[in-house]
Amino acid sequence: MTSERFEPRIVAFVCNWCTYIAADAAGTARARYSPNVRLIRLMCSGRVDPQFVMSAFEKGADGVMICGCHPRDCHYNEGNYKTLRRYLLLKKMLSQLGFEDERLRLEWISASEPEKFRRAVEEMTEHVRKLGPVKENGGK
Amino acid sequence: MTEQEIKIGVYVCDCGTNIAGVVNVPEVVEFAKGLRGVAVAREYKYMCSSPGQDMIKKDVRELGLNRIVVASCSPHLHEATFRTAVEEAGGNPFLSHMVNIREQASWVTSDKHEATEKAKALVAAGVARIVHHTPLERRKVPVRDEILIIGGGIAGIQAALTASDAGKQVYLVEKEPSIGGHMAKFDKTFPTLDCSACILTPKMTTVKNRHNIKLLSYSDVTKVDGYVGNFKVTVRRRPRYVDEEKCVGCYECIEKCVYKEARFPSEFDLGLGKRKPIYIPFPQAIPQVATIDPNTCIEFKTHNCKKTCVAACGDRNAIDFDQKEQIVELDVGTVIVATGHKIFDASKMSNYGYGKYPEVYNALEMERMFSPSGPTGGEVVNRNGRKPKAVGIIHCVGSRDENYNTYCSKVCCMYSLKMAHLVKERTGADVYNFYIDIRTPGKSYEEFYQRLLGEGVNFIRGKVAEVTEVAESTEEGKKLVIVAEDTLLGTIRRIPVDMVILSVGLEPQPDKEDVRRLLNMACSSEGFFMEKHPKLAPVATITDGIYIAGTCQGPKDIPESVAQGEAAAAGAIALTSKGFLTLEPNLAYIEEELCSGCQVCIALCPYTAIALDKEKKVAVINDVLCKGCGVCVAACPSGAARQKLFEYDQIMAEISGVLTI
Repeated sequence: MTSERFEPRIVAFVCNWCTYIAADAAGTARARYSPNVRLIRLMCSGRVDPQFVMSAFEKGADGVMICGCHPRDCHYNEGNYKTLRRYLLLKKMLSQLGFEDERLRLEWISASEPEKFRRAVEEMTEHVRKLGPVKENGGK
Repeated sequence: MTEQEIKIGVYVCDCGTNIAGVVNVPEVVEFAKGLRGVAVAREYKYMCSSPGQDMIKKDVRELGLNRIVVASCSPHLHEATFRTAVEEAGGNPFLSHMVNIREQASWVTSDKHEATEKAKALVAAGVARIVHHTPLERRKVPVRDEILIIGGGIAGIQAALTASDAGKQVYLVEKEPSIGGHMAKFDKTFPTLDCSACILTPKMTTVKNRHNIKLLSYSDVTKVDGYVGNFKVTVRRRPRYVDEEKCVGCYECIEKCVYKEARFPSEFDLGLGKRKPIYIPFPQAIPQVATIDPNTCIEFKTHNCKKTCVAACGDRNAIDFDQKEQIVELDVGTVIVATGHKIFDASKMSNYGYGKYPEVYNALEMERMFSPSGPTGGEVVNRNGRKPKAVGIIHCVGSRDENYNTYCSKVCCMYSLKMAHLVKERTGADVYNFYIDIRTPGKSYEEFYQRLLGEGVNFIRGKVAEVTEVAESTEEGKKLVIVAEDTLLGTIRRIPVDMVILSVGLEPQPDKEDVRRLLNMACSSEGFFMEKHPKLAPVATITDGIYIAGTCQGPKDIPESVAQGEAAAAGAIALTSKGFLTLEPNLAYIEEELCSGCQVCIALCPYTAIALDKEKKVAVINDVLCKGCGVCVAACPSGAARQKLFEYDQIMAEISGVLTI
């Protein structure tokens, strides 16, 4: 690893039933991905309080991911629809605050998609690496 | 408990070399020792082993630890293990937390330094989080011991009989007019060449005769509500236009049908045989009850049939053209899913000529042809009635193929060998097996292969390129030619044959997505239902109380399906045998003093578990209905809605933790 390369820190909130299992499966398959993304397990992506996202940025995250079951597949029927609504509002809010809204990403990753999980982590890491660190005062 | 009193033990597992081979465990241990509240941090080879657990217990007792963080594998594997260890040491099980540094660090990170840094961050998060844990109690709920089994193939039948033997009430739901599944279609089973019907039929009859098995054939499960131990199931019984209670299966109605000859394709015989509009799919069908197909019955089409069937039925009065679909509600404690598989559609591989050349059959069609009660009475003959002199069997059709299914369907080699034997026995034809590899693991399976080699069956190692009628020599004239590279000889072979059998692979059922959603299961990438753990929980699923058995979980043969059926039944019985269950305490609750009664949460709850206490003007969450998703918690503007084990401060601490490095 070159010391010049920017290594973003990314927090991923994942649901217990789909994406966490996909992440486990990625491990079992020995999929290789960059270590920048750290998972926080919740029962449902619908538990992601917008404050968690803002707090992650405040505490130094360069990117945040929210991952849950695909639409119609939520273990709790419709928790992920609530996630989607909050995600869209959060995106809006982030850009109003001067953040690049791509620093927040929503991904539906089912338990059967370890490869999608790996890809999502890699893409997010690369993307945020290009964006660079969050600038003071959210980029303004 | 004040902060001074918090004493955390951190245990970092080597998992042999699984973790320690990549993550520098001593460095993580040293790092953990420096974290706030950590009283002790240790490394051990296998934390999940008895000595590993004993280490935790000893520290809890001797050092007075009151918080435990184990950094090892996925909590889906061992959360329960470590909670139990803490509990056995006298602590509250929910004052422990697992950090996953195997699936999320050592197994997915190549660089040792990076893996170690990530492991440290995850441990820091776990330690930060556990500070905010409080003792919790598990909920105890009563459970019902009735079992619903979906699918009446051999796996479902075996599960039903096992549960019935244990004295449990079983509901067996089958979508077809009869139980029996694929096994009922087979003539012989490998490697013993037992008659399939002879070993299956007694089991089917027993299902019918057991007082504690309620068979709901020609029915679908349309809805499953509730939770482990207390599921409410809705079953739709499709009308068969024959009263099951009154029909005695005498066949008189079928004989007297205005259609003198059977002329509609029989589903059971895959269209090779014919049936009448009123039919019993096969002689050993259970229930032994006629079914009317409204799409072909003249009475349904014109309302002007002579209804000779009704006259034949006479006083029994079983035929009822006005029968309506029925909705049945069942209360069960557990569900076993045994919905089976479908075969690969060989017409997708146009180069093999299935659907184009009438002499090309798929393996299931052949099974019906071999059957003495099948469309040819057990004779191996082409559609033109001629016995083949040469037969080609193509293995791995749709399996082990990047373009279709990459997985091995496991049973095709063995059934291809069986078919080679049966074809030779019944026709004396030259038989050519085209294979990629012969895979015969299993008791007496390799021996069967050796036997076939001795019977003079030809084996050509190579994937078949095409089946064609284009002849290149007079010898090939009016024959089908199988073109393949013989990879052992390194030459292209052209083998003229009169009949081609395609050894099609096993695929998930087309309605797998609906069934998966119905029961809150997951599918693996090929679409088979996913077990809770590939090695250690092969018939449980991620949803408590839902089990899987047979080929809906993945390709497997009859003995394996039987074993899974029994295993699933045993799992279901064990789960409910105590009469109560302890459930996770991770429910939402309302801190009444903070609640403003705004009712935002009420509208969001997917389970209508929240109501307004009109006197106190606060929201109240019903413990029985709440499933602990936390959607209301995330939405509460005043922080009054909370979730045990996923408290605001716990998650906030975890966020800070993962960002420390």
